[in-house]
Parts: sequence; C-alpha cells; structure tokens
Amino acid sequence: MSVCSHNFAYTDGERSVPLAVRDALAPQFSVVPAARARTLRRTWLDTFDWRLHRAGLTLEYVADRGPAELVLSSAAGERITATVNGTRWPVLADGLPRGPLQDRLKGLTSVRALLPAAKAASTVSEFRLCNTDDKTVAWLTVDLLHPARPSAEDPPAQLCLTAVRGYQAQADRIAQCLAEQPGMFRGAPPPLDAVMATVGHAPGEYSNKVDVELTATMPARLALAAVLLRLLDTLEANVAGTIRDIDTEFLHDLRVAVRRTRSALKLGAALLPDGLAAEYQPEFKWLGDLTTPTRDLDVHLLGFADGAAELTSADPADLAPFHDYLAQRRITEQRRLARALRSARFTALTASWRSNLTGLTPPRRGPDAAHAAAGIIGRAHRRILVLGGAISADSPPEKLHDLRKRCKELRYALEFFASLHDLSAHRRAVRELKGLQDCLGTYQDCEVQQQEIRAVAADLLARGDVQATALLAMGDLASHVGQRERRARSEFSSRFAAFASQQAQARFEALTASAHS
Amino acid sequence: MKIVATYNIKGGVGKTAAAVNLSYLAARDGQRVLLADLDPQAAATFLFRVRPRVKGGGTALIRGSRDLDKAIKGTDFDGLDLLPADFTFRNLDLILDTAKKPTQRLVRLLRPLRTSYDLVFLDCPPGISLLSEAVLHAADLVLAPIIPTTLSLRTLDQLTEFISGLDGHRPALLAFFSMIDRRKRLHKEIAERLPTERDDVAATAIPALSMIERMAEQRAPVTAFAPRSAASRGYAELWAEVRARLS
Repeated sequence: MSVCSHNFAYTDGERSVPLAVRDALAPQFSVVPAARARTLRRTWLDTFDWRLHRAGLTLEYVADRGPAELVLSSAAGERITATVNGTRWPVLADGLPRGPLQDRLKGLTSVRALLPAAKAASTVSEFRLCNTDDKTVAWLTVDLLHPARPSAEDPPAQLCLTAVRGYQAQADRIAQCLAEQPGMFRGAPPPLDAVMATVGHAPGEYSNKVDVELTATMPARLALAAVLLRLLDTLEANVAGTIRDIDTEFLHDLRVAVRRTRSALKLGAALLPDGLAAEYQPEFKWLGDLTTPTRDLDVHLLGFADGAAELTSADPADLAPFHDYLAQRRITEQRRLARALRSARFTALTASWRSNLTGLTPPRRGPDAAHAAAGIIGRAHRRILVLGGAISADSPPEKLHDLRKRCKELRYALEFFASLHDLSAHRRAVRELKGLQDCLGTYQDCEVQQQEIRAVAADLLARGDVQATALLAMGDLASHVGQRERRARSEFSSRFAAFASQQAQARFEALTASAHS
Repeated sequence: MKIVATYNIKGGVGKTAAAVNLSYLAARDGQRVLLADLDPQAAATFLFRVRPRVKGGGTALIRGSRDLDKAIKGTDFDGLDLLPADFTFRNLDLILDTAKKPTQRLVRLLRPLRTSYDLVFLDCPPGISLLSEAVLHAADLVLAPIIPTTLSLRTLDQLTEFISGLDGHRPALLAFFSMIDRRKRLHKEIAERLPTERDDVAATAIPALSMIERMAEQRAPVTAFAPRSAASRGYAELWAEVRARLS
C-alpha cells in the first residue's frame, strides 16, 4: 500500500463520514464501499521511555479474526510485520518471534521491555473514490477509534486518502473538496496520539532527564524546588515498574532520581528552609541504600554474557552456577526492595516530600537561580580539582571512589541548571566531565564485581556444592575484570589532566558566567 | 523481472483477454505486475477504465523524452499497473524506424522498471512489423493465442519460423487455443491433438464464452468479476502453465 497522500480528522459527530464525503465529492467523484467494515483490536507498544517513538517509529499489535500481527511502521514508509501468537506484555524484544522485526526492535529497545502505551478498538472502512468512468482514482480509509480507557468522547474519525498511481492530481482535488467540508481538518494526528489525547496524555511524555525550565532571575529556592519536584515525579513514575520488575531500567531511573535528589539536598541545603534538607537526607539515603544490592546485581548480570565471552582458559558454560547464584540473589534482593517500596515509610516519604516542596515560598532575601547555580557548580568543580589533583599512582581505591561521587554531584548540578546555560557550552562541559566519569565508573564497577566474584566463590565453596570448573571459570572472569580495572586506573591520570586543563577550567567558568549575561 | 508478450500475427484471437486476465491473476498471486497496452485500439486500457492517453504520445516514450514510469497508471487492483495505450501508438513502427537500434529499443525502455515489477505483460497489436520484432527481442515468453483452424495453425508455423529467424535473443513460445467452440468437431479435434504433439502448445484451451465478451460491459477482467466462471477457471489453468514456464 502506498503512503497516505492526505490525512484528515473529522469531528462532526452528527453526520456519518461516508455521507459527508459523498456530499463533498458529488458529482465529479463517487464513493463506493470497497469492503465490509472490520473491527480491529489495537494495542500500541513502546518502551517506558518511548525509545520507538523517539526513533520516529510506531509499534502496533493488531488482532483481527485471524492471527494477531505486530506492525512496526514509520511516517517515512518503513513497515515490518510479524505474526505473533500468545505474546503477553510486557516483553523484551528477545521474547518476540525471531525475524526481521525482532532484529530491528532488539537494536532499538536494548534492555527495555515493550509494554502497552494505549489500547483501542478500531472500526476500519475502505472506500474507492471513482471518477466519471467509474475508475478508482484514490482510496479512502476511515478509521473510527474507540479507546479502551474510558474518556469523555472518542477521538475524531481519521481519514487517510491514498492516490492511485497516476492519479495524484485527482486525489489532490478530492483532498481540496474534503478540506472544505465543515468539521473536516487536514492533518489528522497519528492514531496513538489521538487515543492518548482523550485521556490527556501524549506519546513521549516520560523522560528521565531533569528538563525543567528555570530563569536566571527566579529565586534560587523556587528553582531548586522545581528541580526536586521534577526528580520526585521521575522517582514516582518508576515505582510501579520497579515493583513489578518489568525491566532493569525502572530501578535504574528510580535510583538515579534518588541520587540526584540526595545531591541536590547536599549542594543546595542552604537554599532550603532551615532543617528541611537535614530532615530528608537520611530518608533518601535509606531509599538509595535499598536500591544498591539489586542494581549492583543488575549491572553484573547485564554484562555477564560479554564477560563470559572474554574467558580465555574456561568454557563460558562453566559460569552457569555463578550466574544462577547471582540470579537467585537478585530475586531475593528485588523482593526486599519491592516490599520497601510498598511500605508505609516510603509512601509517607514521597507524600510529605511533595507537600513540603509544593508549599515552599521564596525567602525575603536570597540569591537568584543564576548566582546560586554558579556557586554550586563552581564549588563542586573546585572540589574535584582538589581531590583529583591529590590522587597519585599509590592512592587507595577509596580516593577514586570518593572522586567519582564528587564528579556525579557536579554532573547532576550541571543538569539541574542546564536551562540557565548556553546549550553548546553545557554539552561541552558535560562531555569533558563524562570522559573522567566513564573512567572512574569502570574502575569502581570492576572493583565491585571482583569483590562479588570472590564473595560468591567463597560462599559456593563453603556450601560444598560447586564444581572445580566453575571456580576456575570465575577465576578467569575475575582476572579479566582485574585487567579492565587496571586499564581504567592507568587511564585516570590522562583523563583527569584533560579535565583539569587550563582551557577546560576557563570553559567551566564561562559556562556559569553565561547565565548572568 | 520477466516479460511476457501476448502476440499473434493474426488479430481478434483473444490476445487482450489473455493479457488482462493473466496480469490480474499474477497480481492476485502477489506479483508486482505491469500490463503495457501497445495496441492503439486500446482495448486493455478500456477494460481497466483508464483513459487512452500518454502525454507526448508514442514519440515521447520511444525517444525517452517522457519517462515511462510517469506514464504508468494504477488499476483498481492491488499490485497491477497499466501503461495505457495512445492513439499515436499506431505509428510506433515509424517512430521506432527513426530510433537507433530499433529492435533493442523496447528492452532499453523497460530496463529501469526491473526493480519495480516482477512481471510485465506486453499486449501487442497483430501483424509482423518492426514493433513486433522489438517485442520479441524484449520478451522472455511469447504467449500466442490460436484458433484451432487450419489457417491459424499455419500462422503459428509462421510465428515459430519468425522467432527462430531472430538474431540474438529468442523468446520461448507458448501457444494456446483460444475461442474454442466445443460444438465444432474440427476445433475439438485440433485442440485435443496438438498439445500432445507439440511442446510449445499449452494443454489449457480457453473456450469461446459469452462471459469473456461481458468484460467489455463490466470493464474488468472476467477473473475479477466472475471468479468462479468456466472462463475464469480456464484462465487460472493457463496462468498456472505460464507461471511454470517462467520459473
């Protein structure tokens, strides 16, 4: 089927679409039903963070009388389909039938699961639009959507006019006639947008970014409150997915929101009313600590296949007992985390935190957002320069871990106040910092993983139910992790030197100064 | 992309009916099909309700000043497009005569369509001419309807001879009996005997049926408006034979 030539939305609920179209086109063109209307059950799927939507793609599960079909399509005409049977959502792309659709989706969704974004029944009717020779010059598809979630009214009827090859001019004339009909509007929104709009939502609305619009002159306290509220929204948006354990990224986003909140409380404590930061810091530490075991295990398990592929003297299959051990521990830790997220303590924490933030008023005297941002970023930056400058080849790992935490604080501060700064200067500063963060992150992840491997090996040995081959494979794995750790450690000095260079420092200063100009 | 020409030196033997119905059946099978109506009488064009006009006429098409792709029209059927006839096609011989390498011209014109279509049917006018020579150079298979009479069989021999005399590429030939009147003993006898004697004669014969004549009234392939009719069954069997020859 060709790509739609013209799209319309028809909102006049009084008249049926075919009647309105017939009246608009007579006598030059006639409207002939092409087939009996059929009703489809449609479910639009995407990852929670809308990876398909952001890539300009729509994934639809369409169930008719025959076998259900998954259709991946784009406005540019890309279309890949697959027949599916008995698939339950949410599902990772790995769980879909093998073929071109799965291959395409795997690349796009990675570790994120596909879950329903919206559901609707769709009554589709097709009409031939004929000239005076009764020759079909265009096809008209009328789609009446009935969203599954109750809404005040159904979305407008969607009309798609497709020219038959060689008859574009006639199709354009038909489109012109239709556009002049009362209630007919050009450019119908995509069906997913139309269905979501009926309940006040839109595709792509979730993002884990701290995208708040601040102004340089607004009171710093209100700017910080806006950032903290945005972080609370992200945290709460990920609670259900973390409890249901839909995919690993719900916990990741929740954990990052908690970390950012803790950083904001630490860096901006002086901007908040007395005692507020001190009251909530222990509670968010409790929450952050709760997420650590499961996330550490996630990181280990997500990289497990890559690690196993690196083994030199052992067979990757020998690592199965180690994998099973980690997976079993993850189940236990995840249950503990889910219990905590359902607890009264957690509910009280988020409710009272929201209430406190929404009730904040600007102090009589206090800095504006631009000055506060410059102070916070400047202090965090200087602290990194001091700590990093003191690290030598003999420094213990703790020094690098501490520096990593400070780097995260600076990164978060840059993100909180990004809307105050020049975008390209902000991106450059983040890029320079990220180079250092990646190096420190690899170093620490390798540290944690080596400790984990040692601890698991000791535990398996103590239980007495482990084969020597498994222990040897774990040793091989630990050796490769150790190599990566040493590589990251040796890269540190050059990465830090780049970050601490005179030019990079000047750029950081210019970044915060840009907010005042 | 395969090219099938429905062609016979003799006129009024069912070339257009075969081209129209076989293209429809091929498209229904999922193939991307183009039917090129090269006959200025424009019967195939009429049957698909398309107006018989090509901007710039045959001259623009043959000389390449008008893109063949832009002259193509979609029919009412999925996967089936039509290159409509134009009254200027009556002069295609003269136009070809002025072109360089006239017998290769059609091959060159159709080459850009290779990625767009799986199958092209050329519905040709009767007679032996420069155009028919160009058609035979372009075609992979010549599908020749014949009426089971002595004179028609003589025409088939002439066609076989004409093809074997071609320089370079020679298409395969598949003749089939068309417009058979089962009440006539001679028709029945020849239609039954010849396919057993010659490899280039199809086992399927298309009877003379009023349903086929109704195509002009319905302006659609009989295989589309009366898919269960005897005529449609005949064309379906013929399509199966043609498809087997092409593969």
